Amino acid sequence: MTTTDMTPVTKGGEGPELNKRRRVYKPNTKYVPILATLFLLIVMYSSGVANYRNFDDPSVIVNLFRDNAVLLVVAVGMTFVILTGGIDLSVGAVISLTTILTATLLKADWPPLVVLPAVLLLGALIGAGQGAVIHFFKVEPFIATLAGLFLARGAALTINDESVPIRDDMWREISDYRIVLADGVVTKPIAIIAVLAVLVAAAVLAWTRFGRNVYAIGGNSDSALLMGLPVGRTKIAVYTLSGFCAALGGVLFSINSTSGWALQGNGMELDAIAACVIGGVLLTGGSGFVWGTLLGVLVTGLIRTIINFQGDLNAAWSRIIIGVLLFAFIVMQRLVTRKAK
Amino acid sequence: MTTIFKNRLFWPALILVVMLGINAFTSNQFITIKDGHLFGSLIDILRGSAPLILVALGMTLVIATGGIDLSVGSVMAISGAVACLLISDLDNQNSLSGVFIAIGAAILVSLAAGLWNGTLVAVVGIQPIIATLILMVAGRGLAQLFTEGQIINVQSGPYSALASGFFLTLPIALLIAAAAVGLTVLLTRRTALGLLLESVGGSPTASRLAGIGARRITIMTYVVAGAFAGLAGLIASADIKSADSISAGNLIELDAILAVVIGGTALIGGRFSIIGTVLGAVIIQTLRVTVVAIGIPAEANLLFKSVVVVALCLSQSPEFRAKVFGRFKSRPAAEKVGVPA
Repeated sequence: MTTTDMTPVTKGGEGPELNKRRRVYKPNTKYVPILATLFLLIVMYSSGVANYRNFDDPSVIVNLFRDNAVLLVVAVGMTFVILTGGIDLSVGAVISLTTILTATLLKADWPPLVVLPAVLLLGALIGAGQGAVIHFFKVEPFIATLAGLFLARGAALTINDESVPIRDDMWREISDYRIVLADGVVTKPIAIIAVLAVLVAAAVLAWTRFGRNVYAIGGNSDSALLMGLPVGRTKIAVYTLSGFCAALGGVLFSINSTSGWALQGNGMELDAIAACVIGGVLLTGGSGFVWGTLLGVLVTGLIRTIINFQGDLNAAWSRIIIGVLLFAFIVMQRLVTRKAK
Repeated sequence: MTTIFKNRLFWPALILVVMLGINAFTSNQFITIKDGHLFGSLIDILRGSAPLILVALGMTLVIATGGIDLSVGSVMAISGAVACLLISDLDNQNSLSGVFIAIGAAILVSLAAGLWNGTLVAVVGIQPIIATLILMVAGRGLAQLFTEGQIINVQSGPYSALASGFFLTLPIALLIAAAAVGLTVLLTRRTALGLLLESVGGSPTASRLAGIGARRITIMTYVVAGAFAGLAGLIASADIKSADSISAGNLIELDAILAVVIGGTALIGGRFSIIGTVLGAVIIQTLRVTVVAIGIPAEANLLFKSVVVVALCLSQSPEFRAKVFGRFKSRPAAEKVGVPA
């Protein structure tokens, strides 16, 4: 199917006779980027522990999941799209449309159990529409989803261009609910939902026919078609999934902030793409894992945590430091991956 | 006659003409001569589109090699900040030599930014979207650092002439953009450079094996994109007579990429059209002006834009044309299939 799947079988054949003494651990090539990210993440965390007081508190790690729950959910959807070789720029705008729509509908006294499925369905529909335009009319994913970005953000601004508070009881209760994991380590439901999303996505990608189709299309869309795989259906499905994840992210956002705002999630699409790429998902498609995306989100989250711990940085410097850390991380990842190959 | 209809740029050009027609009706002065130079809404549109033309021009070259440059907006902010900072330090802000030095310094910094991007992509081997994302994040921080988070106002006649001055009855900003376009067309279509660019975009490995310095050419395109973005930043900041490091060039990368795609350049590289890009940039600026002219509320601005983008992209999609227009002339189409085959 994809080239990455072939490598484990052919790999071990020729090595042993040539140099028996050098038995260095060589991971399967398809795991190299993800292991490099994991290694660098640990390096980054340890340097944080060494430099800042209280950085080794377990709640630092637990809070990473809470603070980046929205990004995590959105990036999981993005992973599917990127794996097929596409891209989805509309996720940030879908988040803002979802938050403002949720807030507006709840304010109009719609029952929350109607609002929740409605906004999730809307996100999925936007995604499906983009997927259909991309598949049937061969419009480039970058442009089709850029149009989706304009559409969703335009709709959000038309609904209301100011922040709308949410006073609904159900939203408030979920927002105030705390889950005690251990003594002094507390998290919120949104973190649990984000982790669940990662687990479900990883299972779908690894063990279902749909997951194999996604990899096959990303590897080579034409041969996937010749093999008789449902290319069109799968492509539309990944954009639908991404739209759904973005809407879910928007719901989590509205729960976390108990408000809706049309500029919420501005630029989130680039954060999600960056998280995928840092986690070793190739933008050309066909190679990568949801676990990588999870690590990518944790890297960007950890960078922000370090900035917070530093504390005395103004807006300009924190932007520069984020850039520098991102740069250092990517170059190191590049070096590690190159050496292993 | 049919060749005109079949041209990729026919429908975008038609949409532009329609929008200009709307402008001609709604504005009381479309084009006249006043105070010895051309004046009216047509000239305003052309003058206003100069920065986007410049940015999109550089973006075209980068995309032709299969890359993408997300940092152009930040480079605009940096170059405007550098120029305004140097000019505000001058004893006499109207001194021509001082302004030229400031402009030169800003362009040098932009060149350095482009060189940085190019090195990351071609030498270090980072995926372009991530390599330029680093400067996109950090660059705006740098600009904020230069201006110390404030908006620097300048009162310099020669500097503001960059945006609002006239030479030979035409706006100077438009002349700068036209010169850049002319030079690029000359270099890419009258020398082998354009061919080399397309071959690098088609396959960097194959072109390296064919003896083309793929790495050097890739770096060069990012440097040129940086310089053009810097020039655009100067015009944009001269237009408002100040350097605003937060909003200068914000989200212009998306507009520039949109202009490039409307112009018929494929995002995967290997093919580019400079005239198409210029047309795309003018369309986007005309759209911005038309929305105001026909009285669409600011909130619905993006909705309108998304409709036009979808219409444009669908009009260029061969599949969409076949499905919609094929129905009206199914018989001649069937005959035609036989002839070339």
